[in-house]
Amino acid sequence: MDRRENLKLLLTGTVATGFLLSTGCSPEDTKVAEKITGTGLYGRTTDEIAVDKKLKAETFFNEKEKNMVSILADIIIPKDETSGSATESGVPDFIEFMMKDYPKFQLPMRGGLMWLENLSLATFEKSFLEITAEQRIQLIDKIAYPDTAEEEMKFGVKFFNLMRNLTCTGFFTSQMGIKDIGYVGNRPNQWDGVPDEVLKKFNLSYDQKTLDQCLKIEDQQKLAQWDEKGNLIG
Amino acid sequence: MSFQIKEQDKKYDVCIVGSGAGGGMAAKILSEAGLSVAVLEAGGDFDPAKEEYRTQLKWPWESPRRGANTQRSFGDFDAAWGGWDIDGEPYTRKDGTKFDWFRSRMLGGRTNHWGRISLRFGPKDFKRKDQDGLGDNWPISYEDVKPYYDKVDKLIGVFGTNEGLANDPDGFFLPPPKPRLHELFVKKGAAKASVPVIPSRLSILTRKINSDRGVCFFCAQCNRACQVYADFSSGTCLVKPAMQKGKVELYTHAMVREVITDNEGLATGVLYIDKKDLKEYRIGAKVVVLAASACETARIMLNSKSKAHPNGLSNSSGVVGRYLHDSTGTDRMAFMPELVDRPRYNEDGVGGLHVYSPWWLDNKKLDFPRGYHIEYWGGMGMPSYGFGFGMDTMRKYLLDEFGKPTANGGYGAELKKDIRRIYGTMVGMSGRGESIPQYDNYCEIDPDTVDKFGIPVLRFHYKWTQHEVRQAKHMHDTFEEILTGMGAVLLGEKPGENTQHGLAAPGRIIHEVGTSRMGDDPKTSALNKYAQAHDCKNLFIVDAGSFVSQADKNPTWTILALSWRTSEYIIDQLKKQNI
Repeated sequence: MDRRENLKLLLTGTVATGFLLSTGCSPEDTKVAEKITGTGLYGRTTDEIAVDKKLKAETFFNEKEKNMVSILADIIIPKDETSGSATESGVPDFIEFMMKDYPKFQLPMRGGLMWLENLSLATFEKSFLEITAEQRIQLIDKIAYPDTAEEEMKFGVKFFNLMRNLTCTGFFTSQMGIKDIGYVGNRPNQWDGVPDEVLKKFNLSYDQKTLDQCLKIEDQQKLAQWDEKGNLIG
Repeated sequence: MSFQIKEQDKKYDVCIVGSGAGGGMAAKILSEAGLSVAVLEAGGDFDPAKEEYRTQLKWPWESPRRGANTQRSFGDFDAAWGGWDIDGEPYTRKDGTKFDWFRSRMLGGRTNHWGRISLRFGPKDFKRKDQDGLGDNWPISYEDVKPYYDKVDKLIGVFGTNEGLANDPDGFFLPPPKPRLHELFVKKGAAKASVPVIPSRLSILTRKINSDRGVCFFCAQCNRACQVYADFSSGTCLVKPAMQKGKVELYTHAMVREVITDNEGLATGVLYIDKKDLKEYRIGAKVVVLAASACETARIMLNSKSKAHPNGLSNSSGVVGRYLHDSTGTDRMAFMPELVDRPRYNEDGVGGLHVYSPWWLDNKKLDFPRGYHIEYWGGMGMPSYGFGFGMDTMRKYLLDEFGKPTANGGYGAELKKDIRRIYGTMVGMSGRGESIPQYDNYCEIDPDTVDKFGIPVLRFHYKWTQHEVRQAKHMHDTFEEILTGMGAVLLGEKPGENTQHGLAAPGRIIHEVGTSRMGDDPKTSALNKYAQAHDCKNLFIVDAGSFVSQADKNPTWTILALSWRTSEYIIDQLKKQNI
């Protein structure tokens, strides 16, 4: 794939990944686009590939911990009318990876899960995995609201904040989550300003000076030329 | 057509150490004059058009860490190989002071991931001592550099607008992109605070300037390096084209230890360690050009001791490593209630800000010298690691249907909904300003430490003065005024005296300059006004080491212009057989 081909693909908008591979391109184009995007790598150096491989080969969570993480993740981000749940988007695997990638997470996460398990045993005389969904919510409600949680729940609050952060970020950086949030960039585009209806909604507009001096999208491929004073003349 | 080679004792007309902005420009200009050139780069080859290197247009889920910065300092997709800490290549600090040193070990160096903010220094910036009595004047003026800025604008391409400002000179600009939504709000807030906002000046091709480079397709990812070369990187825009046209040979993984000199003290070449076989090699040259970055160049000079240069190469003045200074910097973030539930559209734009504020005040009415510019950020960017964090403190800013603040934290479908609502509501600003160079802010050779190649490393000593601290305080006052004026709710506490008003540690803005400054007096400067070493006439420095003072601008455009100017001087001096 040389740069020119690459450029052509970009400008015609056929380079895309996943759900973006769509209309208007020949099977050949699609094949080329898949070649560009489908390597499974993302510009890693040899050292980085080795690091990722090593981390992926290790296991941090034991079976019980993994189950707890999955249950908590789906309490934090459940399925709704717009998208699936945290586990459906791959959040537990992401959290497992982050434990190894950023070892400072390990103690608060492992200790937090144990703390929650102890709370479950103390409250219901049963493991967190064995109590009912309602009982789990009873426990979570004690640690989910930092501003009003009781003093002795503080460690649990800290743990749940970590769990919430990792779950939310894991979900909204997944394919499912990006679609959910409505991010429509990361593709060749022609930025020509804020859409009119949006400007109107916020009671804003581009002044004439801005419109005059800013890029006219249709001129992009025209070779730029200046007079000796620096005025753009072509 | 040239290719990478590895040979012992090869001889060239010119040996350039470093392939960033300064080294790349020198390679281009010198090779176009017919000179044979060796470019030594301490890192690997890099070309963002090659699939094996590409991070542009990748999705967060393609990274197992979703773009987190555990491996690369600015995240998994950022085009910088290296960072604040490089395994086996340490640096140290002295007397409890702080300095952080960012290095990119790759073809093109730090030009691969930089913000592309391409500002000329203005007439006042070269003569600051005349205005406030602090620091020193440059031995050259804006008029000396202007022709080169003009040429750089046309060769590399930069968008912006001619505004006729006294100290932010006009140039040859491509048209800027239209402001984004939050940038229109910024303009409103700034107008109330009487702060000017103009189109930013970034070296990104909004229009075509030649047939070798593509135009911007608005993915907002310049920090990932562009596969169609629509932004400026030294590797793609200078070094590789020079290799295709001229006698340029690139040595990658070549870690230069010292410049070799003869009995008269003239440079005869360089000595480097090949990082791959860990063997020592020499390259001979009539002219040696250092462009390894201000601090790395100082390190090479200080490590190049000989009978003729007992104090380090061309350091009879003792200023090599001294007057090290970085831009000042501090930031503030805020939440825009008006943008909650905002409509979705592709807002990526170019990689970085579409508008900025150049310095606008008169220091006579202020309690600090020199100025700063403001960079603005915000918008509906691509979610990456960290997106969705902080709902334990942020959720209260979202009002429920009865206008009551939501409880912080929580879980479930309502939390999920609130993250959608809050998406694209954050705005922020960063001040980047000019500090006063100090003799006592320096890097030197640490007598106790070597890197894994056996090369003595740098030890830093750096303290901000009240000048910079007061400037940071002023930045925060301004930020609050603008943010409040645009209807934003300030987040976090305003940093106070205990944190030097949020002033970033020196080095963090990655604009370090001044370690081999130029001047007319060989007793107080290392280089003459052409960046030629006072004590070694065939040694030149084309990185930001030559800067006498760093303006309230980013240094790259000035590095490029000065490197071009020095390269022409080298060609002239070779013709006249002066070197």
